[in-house]
Amino acid sequence: MEQFLQQVVNGISLGSIYALIALGYTMVYGIIKLINFAHGDVYMIGAFVGFAAITYGKMGFFPALLVAMISCAIIGVVIEKVAYKPLRNSTRIAALITAIGVSLFLEYVMMFFVGAEVRSYPKVLTEKAFHLGSVVINMQQIYIVLTAIALMILLQFIVHKTKTGKAMRAVSIDPDAAQLMGIKVDSTISYTFAIGSAFAGAAGVLVGIYYNSIDPLMGILPGLKAFVAAVFGGIGSIPGAMIGGLTIGTMETFVSGYGNSMYRDAAVFLFLIVILIIKPSGLLGKNTREKV
Amino acid sequence: MLEIKNLNVYYGVIHALKDISLTVNEGEIVTLIGANGAGKTTTLRTISGLNKTTGGEILLEGKAITYLSAPERVKLGISQVPEGRRIFPEMTVFENLELGAYLRKDKNNIKKDLENVYQRFPILAERRRQTAGTLSGGEQQMLVMGRALMSRPRILLLDEPSMGLAPLLVREIFSIIKDINEAGTTILLVEQNASMALSIAHRAYVLETGSIVMSGTGEELARSNEIQKAYLGGE
Ligand SMILES: Nc1ncnc2c1ncn2[C@@H]1O[C@H](COP(=O)(O)OP(=O)(O)OP(=O)(O)O)[C@@H](O)[C@H]1O
Ligand SMILES: [Mg+2]
Repeated sequence: MEQFLQQVVNGISLGSIYALIALGYTMVYGIIKLINFAHGDVYMIGAFVGFAAITYGKMGFFPALLVAMISCAIIGVVIEKVAYKPLRNSTRIAALITAIGVSLFLEYVMMFFVGAEVRSYPKVLTEKAFHLGSVVINMQQIYIVLTAIALMILLQFIVHKTKTGKAMRAVSIDPDAAQLMGIKVDSTISYTFAIGSAFAGAAGVLVGIYYNSIDPLMGILPGLKAFVAAVFGGIGSIPGAMIGGLTIGTMETFVSGYGNSMYRDAAVFLFLIVILIIKPSGLLGKNTREKV
Repeated sequence: MLEIKNLNVYYGVIHALKDISLTVNEGEIVTLIGANGAGKTTTLRTISGLNKTTGGEILLEGKAITYLSAPERVKLGISQVPEGRRIFPEMTVFENLELGAYLRKDKNNIKKDLENVYQRFPILAERRRQTAGTLSGGEQQMLVMGRALMSRPRILLLDEPSMGLAPLLVREIFSIIKDINEAGTTILLVEQNASMALSIAHRAYVLETGSIVMSGTGEELARSNEIQKAYLGGE
């Protein structure tokens, strides 16, 4: 039982991080129908920016988080403007291939500047841990979960209560109709990239703190898993991405906790295959949109 | 108020609008009728800035708007009810109407206009918290019209507002269009229901495979033999 609870705790921490990354995938997909394969690399950049802010900038957790989020927001917007916008009216496969290209570009540019070696993340949070029976909840996990929850509440607020958020929803539903309302599609897409990338940046810092190591290729696997999370939740659906992230995170910790950690990645992708067979539109996804 | 001069629009190699010219004067209802694929929707989309032109000019109150973006044209007072009731189905009725006023900042007047829309379409007031996708076809049509009015347009472009509605509802929609016009909004109405459209229009144009082939007052066209044959099912 305690082993079970411990895995739940670990799963929720890891899952919150996946959920943060998955949100970016799902928001970008929702608005331009592109699987932004470079998203995992934006998360990697976030981890490095956080690393630099803490190590060289001597910043604490929250300032470093903020710096990472802002930097990633800017990088996300630039990627969209430079790489994806020119392809907006071309085929989806062309955009997808470009996304993969951007992903490789970011990975190897980063490697060029910082080298390929794994770095250990500086300690910014206390090592304090709480023991509830034999279940251990450490401070990092609490920070991760609270940060993720705060960001998700913020996102819900932006999407449902602000003008920009409403514009984002309108553009993702029907870009032409949105333009007829006076909504600027280009800037709305930029906002979406900025928010999604900022969340990935936050996830990067959190994961650096959690696993205590970062490297230029660290974005690949979590990126793919977050993508699975987004697909599981129903790509395009924000609540879906949150649920998907938590599910994938928990599943992964359970597989490594009870089975063999060697199989945890395989389990995630097996899960993807199963979802795609059983419910291709995901948990909260729509099959097709009705157009009268 | 709105003047189109020698407008040309292509979809790839398809020449969808061939040198069309038309004028809508302040306070008028002008209708554009024509068969399927004649280019009616293309005309409205081009006026709204959703389609690019390859030649010609669009003037609003004498000023060229040919190269302005769609949102800039909304700001200048051009509002469109697009073909096929393009509501935002996952959003509530209220949110849909709110988006209609997206560019406006005059909160008090927006509130007033919202009340007016609810007054004009009481069913929308009743359903304001419901997601728009759950509305019936007729209610959705009222919602898009209400939404278009929320921008306080100077000119309202309507693309087949009667499509797919029961005859009783068609009559209601047309009488609402007339009301909106009498309340001071200029209207350009695209319709396949030519008899209804001609009965409320001050003037009309007939579009055939991308060209304007006839124009005149609503009455003139309703009486014309060719129109009778082609669009009104008469002999
Ligand atoms: N996106 C598009 N790509 C290619 N061709 C198009 C596109 N939209 C319209 N067309 C073509 O342009 C012509 C005019 O179409 P348009 O939709 O303007 O006609 P319409 O008069 O509105 O017809 P309807 O009464 O059926 O709505 C048609 O031949 C149509 O096939
Ligand atoms: Mg049409």
